[in-house]
Amino acid sequence: MRNLLLILLLALPVSAAEVRVSAAASLTDAVTEIARLYEGKTGETIVLNFGASSILATQIVNGAPADVFVSADEAQLNRVATVVRIPLLSNRLVVIGVPLLKARRIAIANPEAVPAGVYAKQWLQQRGLWTVLAPKIVPTENVRGALAAVEAGNADAAIVYATDARMARRARVAEVINDGPPIVYPAAVLRDAENAAGGRRFLDFLRSRDAGAIFRRYGFLTK
Amino acid sequence: MTDAAIIWFTVRMAALATALLIPPALALALLLARGTWRGKSVIETLVALPLVMPPVATGLILLKLVPHSVVFTWRAVVIAMMVMSSPFIVRAARVAFENVNPRYEQIARTLGAHEPRVFFTITLPLALRGIAGGVVLGFARALGEFGATILVAGNIPGRTTTLAVAIYDRVQLGRDSAAWPLVIAGVVVAFVAILLSEKSTRRRT
Repeated sequence: MRNLLLILLLALPVSAAEVRVSAAASLTDAVTEIARLYEGKTGETIVLNFGASSILATQIVNGAPADVFVSADEAQLNRVATVVRIPLLSNRLVVIGVPLLKARRIAIANPEAVPAGVYAKQWLQQRGLWTVLAPKIVPTENVRGALAAVEAGNADAAIVYATDARMARRARVAEVINDGPPIVYPAAVLRDAENAAGGRRFLDFLRSRDAGAIFRRYGFLTK
Repeated sequence: MTDAAIIWFTVRMAALATALLIPPALALALLLARGTWRGKSVIETLVALPLVMPPVATGLILLKLVPHSVVFTWRAVVIAMMVMSSPFIVRAARVAFENVNPRYEQIARTLGAHEPRVFFTITLPLALRGIAGGVVLGFARALGEFGATILVAGNIPGRTTTLAVAIYDRVQLGRDSAAWPLVIAGVVVAFVAILLSEKSTRRRT
């Protein structure tokens, strides 16, 4: 039994051909597809870890192994040490449900912490609408929660990403926001990467035409 | 990764975590049940902590303590499960040991049995029902472990994604319908485990 424990705790060396990628949960489908394509082309192995960008940053800050980090916002990427950093994707905000000024309850992701909510608040402030609409705002845990609130009828409008609005079953896009704050999904090779060379190659591939086509198919705007 | 593979992986990890936990948990439970020693109440409280702490907090502590080479591997899954289910096994075993009448042990000793023999032929068999109940409950808790796992083991499909993490992942991505088969599997496994636990703790009359 003691031997078993020892085996359990002993570290096995990581095979050098692996590239470890931590990516924002909202990129799950697109990045999985791109990684499979890359593996098919190069024979390298991409190990994907998905989660909220804030959790991923916490893991990296605490030494969890990762070569590449694709974050849903700049703030989380700023928490970790990087060697190469690029703006990879962008997204757009949309209003779903009824037009904002007709809405009685407006769901947005937590405007204090969650990127989608922070962007939504910035846009409302730019337009001078924040003070008027603040009493009607219902904050949700994440941007999918805002979408779900409208789908379930708990709010009659929500401000979400265009990529989320594509997942909606009932709610319709009422307004595409073109004058919102710039939304950037940055990607980086991490300073503590064990496989920095592999990380750089995968980062280049994320910027390639093939990867861009996949990202756009899921509704992202490529840089 | 298919649903069946996720369920099978989770069951295997939970079983391994429980198996590894039994020997140290029983030793600690015996120490807590018998005798008084300095720092006993501190250890008692420490053992109960994972029961009441937010699992994400436990995960954050584990992320600091566990070697970097273990983070993001199946070993991290097992460690998170072990920590989270340890209170169930230790506490159940402790109560079970306390309910063993020490007179039987004393009689065995007066008949010349050495301590290991007393333990394996008297104490353990008499406490077995209560221990088994705790073990099954601990196993069930390991199956459902989420908060500590997602921090220390991550969500790496095919390597560390457990049942609970996969359910969260799918709901978060708006794929509720894909989450349901896993939810149902989770309910069935947990139901059977708790039923077994109830059965094993109830004394035959």
